[in-house]
Amino acid sequence: MKHRADVLFRTIALGTLLLALAALGALVYDIVSGGLGRLNWQFLTSMASRRPEDAGIYHALAGSIWVIVLTGALALPLGVAAAVYLEEYGTRSRAARLIEINIANLAAVPSIIYGLLGLGVFVRFMGMGRSVLAGACTLALLALPVVILSTREALRTVPGSIREGSYALGATKWQTIWYQVLPMALPGILTGLILSLSRAIGETAPLITIGALTYIPFAPDGLWSPFTVLPIQIFNWVSRPQAAFKENAAAGILVLMLLLLVMNAIAVFLRDRFQRQGRP
Amino acid sequence: MSVVTPSVASLSGLTARPGQPPARADAPVKIDVDRMNFYYGAKRALDGISIQIRANLVTAFIGPSGCGKSTFLRSLNRMNDIIPATRVEGTVLIDGQDIYAPGVDVVELRRRVGMVFQKSNPFPKSIFENVAYGLRINDMARSKAELADRVEESLRQAAIFDEVKDRLQDSALALSGGQQQRLCIARALAIRPEILLMDEPASALDPIATQRIEELIYDLKKTYTIVIVTHNMQQAARVSDHTAFFWLGRLVEYDRTDRIFTAPAEKLTEDYVTGRCG
Amino acid sequence: MHTRRLEWIIERALFLCAALSVLTTAGIIVVLAVETFEFLREVPVVEFLTGTEWTPLFATPRFGVLPLVAGTMLVSAIAMVVALPMGLLSAVYLSEYAPDGLRRIVKPVLEILAGVPTVVYGYFALMFVTPLLQRVFPQMAGFNALSPGIVMGIMILPLVSSLSEDAMRAVPQGLREGAYALGATRMQTALQVVVPAAFSGITAAFILAVSRAVGETMIVAIAAGQQPRLTANPFVPLETMTAYIVQVSLGDTPQGTLEYRTIFAVGMLLFLMTFVLNMVSTWLRERFREEYS
Repeated sequence: MKHRADVLFRTIALGTLLLALAALGALVYDIVSGGLGRLNWQFLTSMASRRPEDAGIYHALAGSIWVIVLTGALALPLGVAAAVYLEEYGTRSRAARLIEINIANLAAVPSIIYGLLGLGVFVRFMGMGRSVLAGACTLALLALPVVILSTREALRTVPGSIREGSYALGATKWQTIWYQVLPMALPGILTGLILSLSRAIGETAPLITIGALTYIPFAPDGLWSPFTVLPIQIFNWVSRPQAAFKENAAAGILVLMLLLLVMNAIAVFLRDRFQRQGRP
Repeated sequence: MSVVTPSVASLSGLTARPGQPPARADAPVKIDVDRMNFYYGAKRALDGISIQIRANLVTAFIGPSGCGKSTFLRSLNRMNDIIPATRVEGTVLIDGQDIYAPGVDVVELRRRVGMVFQKSNPFPKSIFENVAYGLRINDMARSKAELADRVEESLRQAAIFDEVKDRLQDSALALSGGQQQRLCIARALAIRPEILLMDEPASALDPIATQRIEELIYDLKKTYTIVIVTHNMQQAARVSDHTAFFWLGRLVEYDRTDRIFTAPAEKLTEDYVTGRCG
Repeated sequence: MHTRRLEWIIERALFLCAALSVLTTAGIIVVLAVETFEFLREVPVVEFLTGTEWTPLFATPRFGVLPLVAGTMLVSAIAMVVALPMGLLSAVYLSEYAPDGLRRIVKPVLEILAGVPTVVYGYFALMFVTPLLQRVFPQMAGFNALSPGIVMGIMILPLVSSLSEDAMRAVPQGLREGAYALGATRMQTALQVVVPAAFSGITAAFILAVSRAVGETMIVAIAAGQQPRLTANPFVPLETMTAYIVQVSLGDTPQGTLEYRTIFAVGMLLFLMTFVLNMVSTWLRERFREEYS
C-alpha cells in the first residue's frame, strides 16, 4: 500500500514535469505553424507597412542589433569593473556588502521600472530623447546585475595559485588582475555577457516605456536616431485585429528566437574554444 | 606525545637565544629574523622565531605538517599579506632593512625575493610568455632582443632550455609536471632575485624529476640565497647546508645540516629526524 | 611611488563602477518619488489608494488605483496556482527521483522555457491558450485574466522549480538516510523530511515568483485587455498596473500632465510591492543558507 502511494506520487511528479515540457512544445508548434509561411527574404528585408503582406522586419531587426551591441559595449566594462571591485578589492568592507545586497535587489526589480528610470534620467534629464542611445543605456542598467554576478563567478574560478604566482614575481594587484586573472576568466565573462544580452534583446516593456515607437518605418542610422526593436514590432502586430498581422507577429517571433539561438550558440562556442585553449 | 612534552617545555630557553649558532659564520647574514610572531586572526601560528639565514647557502626548513614552516617561508616575501586578517610582530631584516616597516614597497620586495610554489603554477600562456611576464611588468627589458635573451638565459639557468627551445610558443600547460616546476623556477629567476624561496618544490614530482630539481638547487646557490621548505628529510639532508627544525609554530633547532641529522642538540629534533614522532 | 598612485586610482575607479548600482537604485527611487509627489499634490493619497475607479484618461478622471491592483493580484494568483504546485512537484522529481541523465536533458529545456521573451508568451496566450480555453468556457472574452495567468505560471515555473530544487539539494544527505533507515518510502522522505527541511528556501523561491508575476508586463498587456475593473471574474477583460503603464507609454499623453504622472505613481506602488517581496525572499534565503552552512 505504502509502495503504491510512492509510485503514484512519482508518476504525478513526472507528469507535471512533462506537462511543463509539453507547454514548451505547444508554444514552439504554435509559433512555427503560425509564422513559417510568412518567413522569407522579402519579410527580412522590408520595412514596416500598413499592408500586412508588404510589411517586413528589417527596421526592427536593425534596431535590435543596434541596441544590443550598444548595450553590450556599455554593460561589459561597467559590469566587469564592478565585479572586479567586489571580488578582488572590497571583499569585506561595509560598502562592498551594501553594494552586494543592492545588486541582488536590483536583479529582481521589474523591467518596466527600469523603463521609468530610463524615461526620467536618460530621455528627459540627460536629454537623450527617444534615441537608440537612451534605449541602450536603459537596457545596460537592466543587464548589469546579471553581468556582475556571472563575472564574479568567472573570477572565482581562477585558482589562487595563479594570483600567487603573479604576486611572487613582483606584480601589483592590478597587473595580476589585468594580465592573469581577467584573461583566464574571459570565457566565463563573455558567456555571462551574451546570456544577459540574450535576455535584454527580448525585453519589450522598458523600451516601450522610454518611448521607443511602435511604428518606425526605417532602420536607425546613428546613436541619436529614433528606433524600434523586434519585440516591440511583434507587440505592435499582435495588437492589430487583422489575422494577417498575427501571421507577421509569428514570423517576427521566429526571427527573434533564431537571433536568440545564434547568440546562445556563440556563447557555447566561446566557452568551448577558450576551455580548449587552456588545456594541452 | 607524552615522550616529547618535556622537550617542548625546555624550548623556551632555546628560542630566546637570538640567532642560533651559525654553522658557517664566514657567510654573511642575508635574512635576520628577531622574535617574530605571526597570527591568523587571533590564532598564533608562529611563536618567537629568531633565525639568521646566510647568503649563498641553501637553508632547509623541516618539520611536520602544520608546524608553521610554510607560513614562515611565505612571510619572508610578505606573501601572507594576500590572506585576510593576518598579522606580524617582531622584525624581519633583509640586508639590514625591515621588510615589514611602514613604507616598504611590497612589490619591490617580491622582486628581490622570488618564490617557487609547492604545486607548479605556470600561467596558461606560452612557455616564452611565462618567463617574459615578470620582465615585462617590471620593465626589465629594453628591447625585444633583450627580452628574448633574458628568457633564454633564465631557461638555461633552470636547466630546461634544451627541452623547450623548439617550442617556446607552445602552451606551458603542455609540459610535464617536472618541466612545469623548472619553468616556474626559470620564471622566478628571470627577474634576478637575490633570494629564492621554495615551498616543497618537488613534493608533487616523481623521483627523476625530483633529482633534476635538486641538482638545479645545488647549481643555483652560487648565485642565490635559497630557502627551501621540505617534507622530505632525505631531501633536506641532500640539498641543504643549514637546516631549521620547526615544531608547533616554534623554531626548535637550527644548525648545520650534518649536525641536525647526526648529532642534534634537542631530543625533539632527534625524535623527528629518526622518525619517532611527527 | 608612481605605480602605487596608479593602483590607488584604479581601485577608486573600480569602486565607482560598483557604486553605480547604488546610484541606479537611488535613481529609481528619486525618479518615481518626484513624479509621485507631484501627482499626490493633486490627488489625495487616500483617494489614490482606496478609490475603486481608475479612469485617468476620461473627461471626468478618477484616480482610484484599486482596480489595477486587483487586476494584478488576480492574474498573479492564477499564475501562482499554476507555477507553485507544478514547480514544486517538478523540483521534488528532479531532486529526489530523476536519474542524472534525465536531469541533464530536462534542466536545459527548463532554462529555455525561462529564456523565452515575454512578448512571445503574450502571443502564445492570446493566439493559442485563449482560443483553447474558450472551447471549455464559451462565455470567456477574448481578453481575460485566466489565459495570461496560466501562461505566466508556465513562464515562472522554471524559476520556482530551479530555486526549490537548489534548496532541496542543499538538505544534507544524512537527513534522507535517517528517514530511509526508519523504513520511509521516497515519497515520505521527500514530503515529510526534505521539503520541510528546505522550507525557508522553498518559500523564498515562492515569494520571488510572486514578485516576478506582479512585475510581469507583456503577457498581460497583450492578452488581458485594457479595462481597469474591480473584479474576481477571470473571464472578463481587465487591466494590471504594468499593462496600464504600457498603455499610457504607447499613447500620446503629453508629458508633465497629471495623466502622464499617473504612470510614475503606479510605478512607485509596483516598485514598493516588489521591493518588499524581494526583501522577504532574500531574508528567507539567507536564513536557509545559515541553517545548512
